[in-house]
Amino acid sequence: MSAQKPFIDIRHAKKSFGTLEVLKDINLQVDRGQIVAIIGPSGSGKSTLLRAINDLDPLTGGEIWLEDKQINMDLPHRQYERHINEVRQEIGMVFQHFNLFPHLKVRENVTLAPKMLKGLSDAEANALAEEQLTKVGMIERIDYYPSQLSGGQKQRVAIARALAMKPKVMLFDEATSALDPELVEEVNLVMKQLAEEHMTMIIVTHEMGFAESVCDRVLFMDQGVVVEEGPPEVIFRNPKSERTQNFLRKHLAGQQA
Amino acid sequence: MGLDFSVIPKYLDIVLLGALWTIAITLGAAIVSFFGGILLAVIALYAHPVVRWPFRVFSFLFLGTPLLLQLFLIYFGLVQIGIDVPAFVAGVIGLGLHFAVYNSELFQASILAVDKGQIEAARTLGLSRMQALRKVVVPQAVRDVIPPIGNNMIALLKDSALVSVIGVSELTLSAQRAIGSTYRPFEFYVLVAAIYYIINLGMEAVLRRVERRIQASK
Ligand SMILES: Nc1ncnc2c1ncn2[C@@H]1O[C@H](COP(=O)(O)OP(=O)(O)OP(=O)(O)O)[C@@H](O)[C@H]1O
Ligand SMILES: [Mg+2]
Repeated sequence: MSAQKPFIDIRHAKKSFGTLEVLKDINLQVDRGQIVAIIGPSGSGKSTLLRAINDLDPLTGGEIWLEDKQINMDLPHRQYERHINEVRQEIGMVFQHFNLFPHLKVRENVTLAPKMLKGLSDAEANALAEEQLTKVGMIERIDYYPSQLSGGQKQRVAIARALAMKPKVMLFDEATSALDPELVEEVNLVMKQLAEEHMTMIIVTHEMGFAESVCDRVLFMDQGVVVEEGPPEVIFRNPKSERTQNFLRKHLAGQQA
Repeated sequence: MGLDFSVIPKYLDIVLLGALWTIAITLGAAIVSFFGGILLAVIALYAHPVVRWPFRVFSFLFLGTPLLLQLFLIYFGLVQIGIDVPAFVAGVIGLGLHFAVYNSELFQASILAVDKGQIEAARTLGLSRMQALRKVVVPQAVRDVIPPIGNNMIALLKDSALVSVIGVSELTLSAQRAIGSTYRPFEFYVLVAAIYYIINLGMEAVLRRVERRIQASK
């Protein structure tokens, strides 16, 4: 670990749903601008870990820090709500199923939160939406409803919506796995572009090729623990753990089938 | 004594004025029942039990007792405790709250049916639960429930006749007054039925337009 304080610091994270232990003492440090991929079999706790970072699934033990702020701070309910709403503004999240707001046009999907939370005027919010939608290549569809878009387009709008809050970190939970194969690339391109801009990102993915080309580090999770982590060339080419080897072999076989 | 519709023109203005009152009451009560219904639904689903329980009792009482009795209670009861509300206002409140309780049931179901990912996406952006409900969940829930709410509003129009008992000169009561001076019940009741039917058609036309607009944005 570097001497500098990590940007995101997850310490001894534990999470149970009832008696089911889903995260067992997870530690993860991410530096500013780093891109970390999380891979692992279904049910290993990847989503739960990601969702713990912005407190969608609150941890049952351990701490999560973003810079010098503890995210899952122990506060009375009301104060905690205020605190977490502020923290969440700094953490963008992209979901597998996009979760665009279907009753709002693309523009309003992007402007909703900045207008409500940052007090932007209509003009400022519009300029912001245009900027973000241009970035993800969706400016032509600014006045469409989500239902009029393809999956890849929806996901790009969802990314623009998250970016409009100017987050410090972006979390991706299988952002492309609900997409038809031919639509995956356009979303990957946007994520690569963010990588080039040194956005700090944690990416849960089943796309090993993408993880290898974009990420600085890869975590392999299984049954609620981080089995192995390291640079992509090591994890994908020379994994030490047998569990990692098995997973990658099965995964590769699955892809070819 | 045969039928004689020729008595109608002389009283037509009274009856039409009654129709306007009926429309006004229906409109006012519809608005109360719509927003009241949303409010009751959100309280039933999300409020602290201390708040939720009194409202549940209130809803139960409104569903379990006759609307007629509720109108009497609001109008005469309030007067007795020194609050003198005009009959029209009492009628709008009574009818409105009664149907708010019905609407609330529909809103609750449709709020729960909105995909959980919607509130998650909103909260992830930093919206509070209330902000997420107001801007993301409730608008979608309302959109999904417009047809059955519309049916409730048509029931509301018909029940607005009950407001005659507290002396609002709406359509039914004005017909009774006309009948009082002409002794021509059949003619006037037929006329009034026709007018209710026409208002009903108008409401359905508005409803269909709203539904079409919603469909376009889906
Ligand atoms: N809200 C919940 N209540 C109960 N159990 C849950 C809940 N969310 C997740 N789990 C369980 O926690 C475990 C980890 O789930 P999680 O979604 O984090 O896995 P994952 O690694 O993201 O899997 P996938 O690759 O299928 O998305 C699973 O066994 C799952 O059934
Ligand atoms: Mg998952």
